[in-house]
Amino acid sequence: MMRVSAKRVVGRGAVIFTALLLVRATCADVLPDDRADIFYSKYSGGGMDITGESVLVRKKFTENFAVEANYFIDKVSGASIDVLSQASQIKDERKQKSGTVEYVHDKTTYTASFINSVERDYRSDTGSFSLKQDMFGDLTTLSLAFSNTNDTVGENNGTAFVPMVAWLGHAESRSYDVDLSQILTKNFIAGVNFNVITDQGYLANPYRSVRFLDPLNPAKGYSLATQMYPDTRTSTAIQLEGKYYLPYRAAVTGSYRYFRDTWAIVGTTYELDYTHPISNIWILEGRFRYYKQNHANFYSDLFAYANEYRFEGRDQDLAAQDNYTIGAKATYAFLPNGWKIFKRATVTFDVSRITFHYLDFRDIKYYGVANGYQPGDEPLYQFNATVYQIYMSMFF
Amino acid sequence: MPSLKRSIRWAGAALIAGTGFVSSACTIQPWVKPYERDRLADPIMAWDRDAISSAYVDHIRESREGSRGASGSAGGGCGCN
Repeated sequence: MMRVSAKRVVGRGAVIFTALLLVRATCADVLPDDRADIFYSKYSGGGMDITGESVLVRKKFTENFAVEANYFIDKVSGASIDVLSQASQIKDERKQKSGTVEYVHDKTTYTASFINSVERDYRSDTGSFSLKQDMFGDLTTLSLAFSNTNDTVGENNGTAFVPMVAWLGHAESRSYDVDLSQILTKNFIAGVNFNVITDQGYLANPYRSVRFLDPLNPAKGYSLATQMYPDTRTSTAIQLEGKYYLPYRAAVTGSYRYFRDTWAIVGTTYELDYTHPISNIWILEGRFRYYKQNHANFYSDLFAYANEYRFEGRDQDLAAQDNYTIGAKATYAFLPNGWKIFKRATVTFDVSRITFHYLDFRDIKYYGVANGYQPGDEPLYQFNATVYQIYMSMFF
Repeated sequence: MPSLKRSIRWAGAALIAGTGFVSSACTIQPWVKPYERDRLADPIMAWDRDAISSAYVDHIRESREGSRGASGSAGGGCGCN
Protein backbone atom coordinates (compact mmCIF):
# COMPACT_ATOMS: atom_id res chain seq x y z
CA MET A 1 0.00 0.00 0.00
CA MET A 2 2.72 2.36 1.00
CA ARG A 3 4.77 1.35 -2.00
CA VAL A 4 1.91 2.23 -4.36
CA SER A 5 1.40 5.52 -2.59
CA ALA A 6 5.10 6.35 -2.78
CA LYS A 7 5.15 5.43 -6.46
CA ARG A 8 2.22 7.72 -7.11
CA VAL A 9 3.96 10.54 -5.32
CA VAL A 10 7.17 9.97 -7.29
CA GLY A 11 5.21 9.75 -10.55
CA ARG A 12 3.35 12.96 -9.86
CA GLY A 13 6.56 14.67 -8.85
CA ALA A 14 8.24 13.55 -12.07
CA VAL A 15 5.36 14.93 -14.17
CA ILE A 16 5.47 18.26 -12.36
CA PHE A 17 9.24 18.40 -12.63
CA THR A 18 9.18 17.61 -16.37
CA ALA A 19 6.52 20.26 -16.93
CA LEU A 20 8.62 22.68 -14.95
CA LEU A 21 11.68 21.99 -17.11
CA LEU A 22 9.68 22.63 -20.27
CA VAL A 23 8.38 25.94 -18.94
CA ARG A 24 11.76 26.99 -17.58
CA ALA A 25 13.47 26.34 -20.90
CA THR A 26 11.89 29.56 -22.17
CA CYS A 27 13.88 31.75 -19.78
CA ALA A 28 17.42 30.35 -19.53
CA ASP A 29 20.25 31.99 -17.61
CA VAL A 30 23.26 33.47 -19.44
CA LEU A 31 26.96 33.54 -18.67
CA PRO A 32 28.79 36.87 -18.20
CA ASP A 33 30.84 38.43 -21.02
CA ASP A 34 34.31 37.21 -21.93
CA ARG A 35 36.97 39.35 -20.28
CA ALA A 36 40.69 39.70 -19.64
CA ASP A 37 42.03 41.58 -16.60
CA ILE A 38 45.50 42.81 -15.73
CA PHE A 39 45.84 43.74 -12.06
CA TYR A 40 48.47 45.44 -9.89
CA SER A 41 48.20 46.16 -6.17
CA LYS A 42 50.34 47.49 -3.37
CA TYR A 43 49.80 47.21 0.37
CA SER A 44 51.95 49.29 2.75
CA GLY A 45 51.51 49.33 6.50
CA GLY A 46 52.59 47.85 9.82
CA GLY A 47 56.16 47.35 8.58
CA MET A 48 55.11 45.37 5.51
CA ASP A 49 55.09 46.07 1.80
CA ILE A 50 53.18 43.62 -0.37
CA THR A 51 52.83 43.97 -4.12
CA GLY A 52 50.39 41.85 -6.07
CA GLU A 53 50.28 41.19 -9.80
CA SER A 54 47.59 39.20 -11.49
CA VAL A 55 46.17 38.17 -14.84
CA LEU A 56 42.67 36.79 -15.34
CA VAL A 57 41.12 35.49 -18.55
CA ARG A 58 37.56 34.34 -18.91
CA LYS A 59 36.25 32.78 -22.13
CA LYS A 60 32.92 31.32 -23.20
CA PHE A 61 33.29 28.35 -25.52
CA THR A 62 29.55 27.95 -26.06
CA GLU A 63 26.58 29.87 -24.71
CA ASN A 64 26.47 27.33 -21.86
CA PHE A 65 30.11 26.70 -21.04
CA ALA A 66 32.87 29.06 -19.86
CA VAL A 67 36.40 28.68 -18.51
CA GLU A 68 38.32 31.11 -16.31
CA ALA A 69 42.00 31.10 -15.42
CA ASN A 70 43.79 33.35 -12.94
CA TYR A 71 47.43 33.76 -11.97
CA PHE A 72 48.42 35.85 -8.96
CA ILE A 73 51.81 36.69 -7.45
CA ASP A 74 52.24 38.35 -4.03
CA LYS A 75 55.68 39.66 -3.12
CA VAL A 76 56.20 40.41 0.57
CA SER A 77 59.01 42.43 2.06
CA GLY A 78 59.32 43.48 5.71
CA ALA A 79 57.28 41.80 8.43
CA SER A 80 54.45 42.55 10.82
CA ILE A 81 55.18 43.85 14.33
CA ASP A 82 54.90 40.52 16.16
CA VAL A 83 57.22 38.83 13.68
CA LEU A 84 59.67 41.75 13.87
CA SER A 85 59.70 41.44 17.66
CA GLN A 86 61.54 38.15 17.41
CA ALA A 87 63.11 37.89 13.97
CA SER A 88 64.62 39.80 11.11
CA GLN A 89 62.81 41.12 8.05
CA ILE A 90 61.41 38.72 5.52
CA LYS A 91 61.21 38.54 1.76
CA ASP A 92 58.74 36.06 0.41
CA GLU A 93 56.61 35.34 -2.61
CA ARG A 94 53.26 33.61 -3.05
CA LYS A 95 52.13 32.25 -6.40
CA GLN A 96 48.50 31.35 -6.83
CA LYS A 97 46.96 29.63 -9.83
CA SER A 98 43.27 28.97 -10.22
CA GLY A 99 41.02 27.48 -12.85
CA THR A 100 37.24 27.58 -13.01
CA VAL A 101 34.71 25.94 -15.28
CA GLU A 102 31.14 27.13 -15.45
CA TYR A 103 28.19 25.41 -17.06
CA VAL A 104 24.70 26.82 -17.42
CA HIS A 105 21.69 24.62 -17.92
CA ASP A 106 18.45 26.51 -18.05
CA LYS A 107 18.20 28.48 -14.78
CA THR A 108 21.00 26.60 -13.06
CA THR A 109 24.70 27.49 -13.11
CA TYR A 110 27.22 24.85 -12.03
CA THR A 111 30.72 26.00 -11.14
CA ALA A 112 33.78 23.94 -10.27
CA SER A 113 37.14 25.47 -9.44
CA PHE A 114 40.59 24.62 -8.21
CA ILE A 115 43.10 26.94 -6.51
CA ASN A 116 46.75 26.15 -5.88
CA SER A 117 48.82 28.54 -3.75
CA VAL A 118 52.54 28.05 -3.17
CA GLU A 119 54.93 29.88 -0.88
CA ARG A 120 58.35 28.70 0.16
CA ASP A 121 56.93 27.66 3.53
CA TYR A 122 53.22 27.18 2.82
CA ARG A 123 51.24 25.17 0.27
CA SER A 124 47.52 25.23 -0.18
CA ASP A 125 45.11 23.44 -2.52
CA THR A 126 41.41 24.23 -2.67
CA GLY A 127 38.73 22.47 -4.68
CA SER A 128 35.22 23.90 -4.75
CA PHE A 129 31.85 23.31 -6.30
CA SER A 130 28.85 25.60 -6.39
CA LEU A 131 25.36 25.59 -7.77
CA LYS A 132 23.31 28.71 -8.47
CA GLN A 133 19.59 28.61 -9.20
CA ASP A 134 17.34 31.45 -10.37
CA MET A 135 13.73 31.06 -9.32
CA PHE A 136 10.40 32.82 -8.75
CA GLY A 137 10.44 34.63 -12.06
CA ASP A 138 14.14 35.42 -11.62
CA LEU A 139 13.43 37.49 -8.51
CA THR A 140 15.35 35.06 -6.31
CA THR A 141 18.80 33.55 -6.75
CA LEU A 142 19.90 30.76 -4.44
CA SER A 143 23.55 29.62 -4.37
CA LEU A 144 25.02 26.63 -2.57
CA ALA A 145 28.78 26.14 -2.42
CA PHE A 146 31.23 23.70 -0.88
CA SER A 147 35.01 23.89 -0.81
CA ASN A 148 37.75 21.76 0.63
CA THR A 149 41.23 23.12 1.38
CA ASN A 150 44.37 21.20 2.23
CA ASP A 151 47.31 23.19 3.59
CA THR A 152 50.88 22.18 4.35
CA VAL A 153 52.47 24.53 6.88
CA GLY A 154 56.19 25.11 7.25
CA GLU A 155 58.67 27.49 8.83
CA ASN A 156 61.65 29.02 7.09
CA ASN A 157 64.54 29.02 9.57
CA GLY A 158 67.05 30.16 6.97
CA THR A 159 67.20 33.46 5.12
CA ALA A 160 65.41 34.88 2.13
CA PHE A 161 68.28 33.73 -0.10
CA VAL A 162 69.17 30.45 1.61
CA PRO A 163 65.89 29.03 2.87
CA MET A 164 65.77 26.17 5.39
CA VAL A 165 62.14 25.14 5.60
CA ALA A 166 60.95 22.80 8.33
CA TRP A 167 57.51 21.36 7.51
CA LEU A 168 55.42 21.44 10.67
CA GLY A 169 52.07 19.91 9.77
CA HIS A 170 48.90 19.85 7.71
CA ALA A 171 45.55 21.50 8.03
CA GLU A 172 42.27 20.69 6.34
CA SER A 173 39.42 23.12 5.99
CA ARG A 174 35.86 22.66 4.71
CA SER A 175 33.63 25.56 3.84
CA TYR A 176 29.86 25.50 3.28
CA ASP A 177 28.00 28.50 1.84
CA VAL A 178 24.35 29.29 1.29
CA ASP A 179 23.67 32.63 -0.39
CA LEU A 180 20.28 34.09 -1.24
CA SER A 181 19.76 37.19 -3.36
CA GLN A 182 16.26 38.66 -3.61
CA ILE A 183 14.84 41.43 -5.79
CA LEU A 184 12.39 43.25 -3.52
CA THR A 185 11.37 46.23 -5.64
CA LYS A 186 12.44 47.64 -8.99
CA ASN A 187 15.02 49.72 -7.06
CA PHE A 188 16.05 47.43 -4.25
CA ILE A 189 17.85 44.10 -4.03
CA ALA A 190 18.77 42.31 -0.79
CA GLY A 191 21.04 39.40 0.03
CA VAL A 192 21.79 36.95 2.83
CA ASN A 193 25.08 35.01 2.90
CA PHE A 194 25.60 32.21 5.39
CA ASN A 195 28.92 30.40 5.80
CA VAL A 196 30.29 27.65 8.02
CA ILE A 197 33.98 26.69 8.00
CA THR A 198 35.53 23.78 9.90
CA ASP A 199 39.32 23.42 10.29
CA GLN A 200 41.41 20.62 11.62
CA GLY A 201 45.17 20.20 11.94
CA TYR A 202 48.08 22.60 12.42
CA LEU A 203 46.31 25.96 12.73
CA ALA A 204 48.97 28.09 14.45
CA ASN A 205 51.18 30.71 12.82
CA PRO A 206 54.76 29.43 13.29
CA TYR A 207 56.28 32.91 12.98
CA ARG A 208 54.53 34.34 16.01
CA SER A 209 55.23 33.64 19.69
CA VAL A 210 53.60 34.01 23.07
CA ARG A 211 55.40 35.98 25.76
CA PHE A 212 55.39 35.34 29.50
CA LEU A 213 56.80 37.12 32.54
CA ASP A 214 60.30 35.85 33.18
CA PRO A 215 62.36 37.05 36.17
CA LEU A 216 65.35 35.20 34.70
CA ASN A 217 65.39 37.68 31.82
CA PRO A 218 65.65 41.08 33.60
CA ALA A 219 66.77 42.91 30.45
CA LYS A 220 63.27 42.53 28.98
CA GLY A 221 61.23 41.19 31.89
CA TYR A 222 59.67 38.56 29.63
CA SER A 223 60.62 35.66 27.37
CA LEU A 224 59.05 34.22 24.22
CA ALA A 225 57.73 30.70 23.62
CA THR A 226 56.02 28.74 20.86
CA GLN A 227 52.29 29.31 20.40
CA MET A 228 50.00 26.36 21.14
CA TYR A 229 46.69 26.52 19.24
CA PRO A 230 43.75 24.12 19.46
CA ASP A 231 43.81 21.81 16.45
CA THR A 232 40.15 22.32 15.55
CA ARG A 233 38.08 25.38 14.78
CA THR A 234 34.54 25.90 13.52
CA SER A 235 33.24 29.31 12.53
CA THR A 236 29.87 30.64 11.45
CA ALA A 237 29.26 33.91 9.64
CA ILE A 238 26.12 35.55 8.35
CA GLN A 239 26.01 38.68 6.24
CA LEU A 240 22.94 40.76 5.41
CA GLU A 241 23.24 43.25 2.58
CA GLY A 242 21.05 45.56 0.58
CA LYS A 243 21.57 47.64 -2.56
CA TYR A 244 19.30 50.52 -3.46
CA TYR A 245 19.06 52.45 -6.73
CA LEU A 246 18.60 56.11 -5.81
CA PRO A 247 16.07 58.41 -7.54
CA TYR A 248 18.93 59.68 -9.74
CA ARG A 249 21.42 57.27 -11.34
CA ALA A 250 23.47 56.15 -8.33
CA ALA A 251 23.44 53.25 -5.89
CA VAL A 252 23.98 52.87 -2.17
CA THR A 253 24.94 49.55 -0.58
CA GLY A 254 24.84 48.64 3.10
CA SER A 255 25.93 45.42 4.75
CA TYR A 256 26.23 43.90 8.20
CA ARG A 257 28.15 40.72 9.06
CA TYR A 258 28.11 38.77 12.30
CA PHE A 259 30.84 36.19 12.96
CA ARG A 260 31.55 33.78 15.80
CA ASP A 261 33.71 30.72 16.21
CA THR A 262 34.65 28.00 18.68
CA TRP A 263 37.68 30.05 19.80
CA ALA A 264 35.16 32.56 21.24
CA ILE A 265 35.97 35.26 18.68
CA VAL A 266 32.91 37.36 17.92
CA GLY A 267 33.31 39.88 15.12
CA THR A 268 30.93 42.41 13.57
CA THR A 269 31.40 44.30 10.31
CA TYR A 270 29.46 47.29 8.98
CA GLU A 271 29.99 48.58 5.47
CA LEU A 272 28.48 51.43 3.47
CA ASP A 273 29.21 52.06 -0.18
CA TYR A 274 28.07 54.78 -2.60
CA THR A 275 28.41 54.37 -6.37
CA HIS A 276 27.94 57.30 -8.73
CA PRO A 277 28.37 57.09 -12.51
CA ILE A 278 29.10 60.13 -14.65
CA SER A 279 27.57 59.60 -18.10
CA ASN A 280 28.75 56.25 -19.42
CA ILE A 281 32.44 57.09 -19.03
CA TRP A 282 33.14 57.15 -15.29
CA ILE A 283 31.90 55.17 -12.30
CA LEU A 284 32.99 56.69 -8.98
CA GLU A 285 32.70 54.84 -5.71
CA GLY A 286 33.28 55.77 -2.06
CA ARG A 287 33.10 53.34 0.85
CA PHE A 288 33.42 53.10 4.60
CA ARG A 289 33.92 49.90 6.58
CA TYR A 290 34.10 49.33 10.32
CA TYR A 291 35.15 46.05 11.92
CA LYS A 292 35.35 45.02 15.57
CA GLN A 293 36.21 41.75 17.35
CA ASN A 294 36.97 40.46 20.84
CA HIS A 295 39.95 38.22 21.54
CA ALA A 296 40.17 34.43 21.27
CA ASN A 297 39.75 32.55 24.54
CA PHE A 298 43.38 31.32 24.51
CA TYR A 299 44.86 34.72 23.58
CA SER A 300 46.87 36.85 25.97
CA ASP A 301 49.37 39.61 25.34
CA LEU A 302 51.36 38.49 28.39
CA PHE A 303 51.07 35.17 30.22
CA ALA A 304 51.98 35.03 33.94
CA TYR A 305 54.52 32.24 33.49
CA ALA A 306 55.69 29.66 30.94
CA ASN A 307 53.05 27.10 29.93
CA GLU A 308 50.38 28.76 32.05
CA TYR A 309 47.63 27.20 29.93
CA ARG A 310 47.40 24.26 27.59
CA PHE A 311 46.56 26.55 24.64
CA GLU A 312 48.31 29.89 24.33
CA GLY A 313 48.39 32.39 21.49
CA ARG A 314 49.60 35.95 20.92
CA ASP A 315 48.85 36.30 17.24
CA GLN A 316 47.65 39.83 16.54
CA ASP A 317 44.76 38.44 14.44
CA LEU A 318 43.38 36.87 17.63
CA ALA A 319 43.60 40.05 19.74
CA ALA A 320 40.66 42.30 20.53
CA GLN A 321 40.72 44.98 17.86
CA ASP A 322 38.81 47.34 15.68
CA ASN A 323 39.66 48.88 12.37
CA TYR A 324 38.03 51.19 9.89
CA THR A 325 38.57 51.62 6.18
CA ILE A 326 37.91 54.62 3.98
CA GLY A 327 38.18 53.90 0.28
CA ALA A 328 37.60 55.44 -3.14
CA LYS A 329 37.46 53.89 -6.57
CA ALA A 330 37.19 55.33 -10.08
CA THR A 331 36.48 53.28 -13.19
CA TYR A 332 37.06 54.85 -16.60
CA ALA A 333 35.43 53.26 -19.65
CA PHE A 334 37.19 53.52 -23.01
CA LEU A 335 37.05 51.94 -26.47
CA PRO A 336 33.27 52.51 -26.62
CA ASN A 337 33.25 51.42 -30.27
CA GLY A 338 35.56 48.47 -29.68
CA TRP A 339 38.99 47.67 -31.05
CA LYS A 340 39.99 44.50 -32.87
CA ILE A 341 38.48 41.63 -30.87
CA PHE A 342 37.59 43.86 -27.89
CA LYS A 343 34.08 45.28 -27.51
CA ARG A 344 34.94 47.72 -24.72
CA ALA A 345 37.45 48.26 -21.93
CA THR A 346 37.76 49.85 -18.49
CA VAL A 347 40.61 50.91 -16.26
CA THR A 348 40.09 51.17 -12.49
CA PHE A 349 42.02 53.01 -9.76
CA ASP A 350 41.27 52.06 -6.17
CA VAL A 351 42.80 53.37 -2.95
CA SER A 352 41.94 52.44 0.66
CA ARG A 353 43.24 53.65 3.98
CA ILE A 354 42.86 51.22 6.90
CA THR A 355 43.44 52.22 10.53
CA PHE A 356 43.99 49.30 12.92
CA HIS A 357 43.61 49.67 16.72
CA TYR A 358 44.47 46.80 19.03
CA LEU A 359 42.77 46.75 22.41
CA ASP A 360 44.98 44.15 24.16
CA PHE A 361 48.01 43.73 21.89
CA ARG A 362 51.02 45.81 22.94
CA ASP A 363 53.91 47.22 20.96
CA ILE A 364 56.94 45.34 22.34
CA LYS A 365 59.19 46.11 19.38
CA TYR A 366 59.68 49.80 20.08
CA TYR A 367 58.89 49.97 23.80
CA GLY A 368 60.38 47.99 26.68
CA VAL A 369 62.27 48.04 29.96
CA ALA A 370 65.12 50.05 28.40
CA ASN A 371 62.63 52.83 27.61
CA GLY A 372 60.97 52.67 31.03
CA TYR A 373 58.06 50.38 30.13
CA GLN A 374 57.54 47.26 32.23
CA PRO A 375 56.02 44.17 30.54
CA GLY A 376 52.30 44.76 30.16
CA ASP A 377 52.65 48.57 30.35
CA GLU A 378 53.79 49.14 26.76
CA PRO A 379 51.45 51.25 24.60
CA LEU A 380 48.75 49.40 22.70
CA TYR A 381 49.71 48.77 19.09
CA GLN A 382 48.10 50.61 16.21
CA PHE A 383 49.04 51.26 12.63
CA ASN A 384 47.74 52.57 9.33
CA ALA A 385 47.86 50.73 6.03
CA THR A 386 47.31 51.99 2.50
CA VAL A 387 46.13 49.71 -0.29
CA TYR A 388 46.44 50.76 -3.94
CA GLN A 389 44.94 48.82 -6.82
CA ILE A 390 45.01 49.52 -10.53
CA TYR A 391 43.58 47.16 -13.10
CA MET A 392 42.48 47.11 -16.70
CA SER A 393 39.58 45.00 -17.90
CA MET A 394 39.06 44.22 -21.59
CA PHE A 395 35.71 42.71 -22.63
CA PHE A 396 35.47 40.67 -25.81
CA MET B 1 7.78 -1.23 10.06
CA PRO B 2 6.31 2.04 11.27
CA SER B 3 9.63 3.82 10.87
CA LEU B 4 9.90 2.79 7.19
CA LYS B 5 6.32 3.92 6.57
CA ARG B 6 7.00 7.22 8.26
CA SER B 7 10.17 7.65 6.22
CA ILE B 8 8.36 6.98 2.94
CA ARG B 9 5.56 9.36 3.98
CA TRP B 10 8.09 12.04 4.80
CA ALA B 11 9.95 11.41 1.55
CA GLY B 12 6.69 11.73 -0.40
CA ALA B 13 5.74 14.91 1.41
CA ALA B 14 9.22 16.33 0.88
CA LEU B 15 9.11 15.46 -2.81
CA ILE B 16 5.72 17.14 -3.24
CA ALA B 17 6.88 20.16 -1.27
CA GLY B 18 10.18 20.27 -3.16
CA THR B 19 8.64 20.01 -6.60
CA GLY B 20 5.98 22.51 -5.57
CA PHE B 21 8.66 24.89 -4.35
CA VAL B 22 10.75 24.52 -7.48
CA SER B 23 7.77 24.59 -9.85
CA SER B 24 6.64 27.84 -8.28
CA ALA B 25 9.81 29.32 -9.81
CA CYS B 26 7.83 29.86 -12.96
CA THR B 27 4.25 29.73 -11.72
CA ILE B 28 4.63 32.60 -9.22
CA GLN B 29 3.98 35.89 -10.95
CA PRO B 30 7.00 38.14 -10.36
CA TRP B 31 5.96 41.37 -8.66
CA VAL B 32 8.80 43.17 -10.42
CA LYS B 33 8.21 42.52 -14.12
CA PRO B 34 11.15 41.86 -16.44
CA TYR B 35 10.60 45.20 -18.22
CA GLU B 36 10.85 46.98 -14.83
CA ARG B 37 14.37 45.69 -14.12
CA ASP B 38 16.40 48.15 -16.18
CA ARG B 39 17.72 49.85 -13.02
CA LEU B 40 18.62 46.52 -11.43
CA ALA B 41 20.49 45.56 -14.61
CA ASP B 42 22.64 48.71 -14.43
CA PRO B 43 26.30 47.74 -13.74
CA ILE B 44 26.30 49.98 -10.65
CA MET B 45 23.79 47.52 -9.08
CA ALA B 46 26.05 44.47 -9.44
CA TRP B 47 27.03 42.89 -6.12
CA ASP B 48 30.60 42.38 -7.28
CA ARG B 49 31.86 44.18 -10.38
CA ASP B 50 35.49 43.03 -10.11
CA ALA B 51 36.05 39.55 -8.71
CA ILE B 52 39.85 39.83 -8.91
CA SER B 53 39.87 42.93 -6.69
CA SER B 54 37.33 41.52 -4.22
CA ALA B 55 39.35 38.32 -3.75
CA TYR B 56 42.50 40.38 -3.11
CA VAL B 57 40.82 42.63 -0.53
CA ASP B 58 39.24 39.63 1.24
CA HIS B 59 42.66 37.99 1.45
CA ILE B 60 44.13 41.11 3.09
CA ARG B 61 41.31 41.25 5.63
CA GLU B 62 41.38 37.56 6.49
CA SER B 63 45.13 37.78 7.09
CA ARG B 64 44.63 40.47 9.74
CA GLU B 65 41.23 39.80 11.29
CA GLY B 66 39.87 36.82 13.20
CA SER B 67 36.65 36.77 11.15
CA ARG B 68 36.22 35.05 7.83
CA GLY B 69 33.55 33.88 5.42
CA ALA B 70 30.20 35.14 4.12
CA SER B 71 31.85 37.85 2.04
CA GLY B 72 33.19 36.15 -1.06
CA SER B 73 36.23 34.04 -1.79
CA ALA B 74 39.60 34.91 -0.30
CA GLY B 75 42.04 32.64 -2.10
CA GLY B 76 44.72 30.51 -0.51
CA GLY B 77 47.91 31.10 1.44
CA CYS B 78 48.50 31.95 5.05
CA GLY B 79 49.45 35.64 5.23
CA CYS B 80 51.80 34.53 8.03
CA ASN B 81 54.23 37.42 7.83
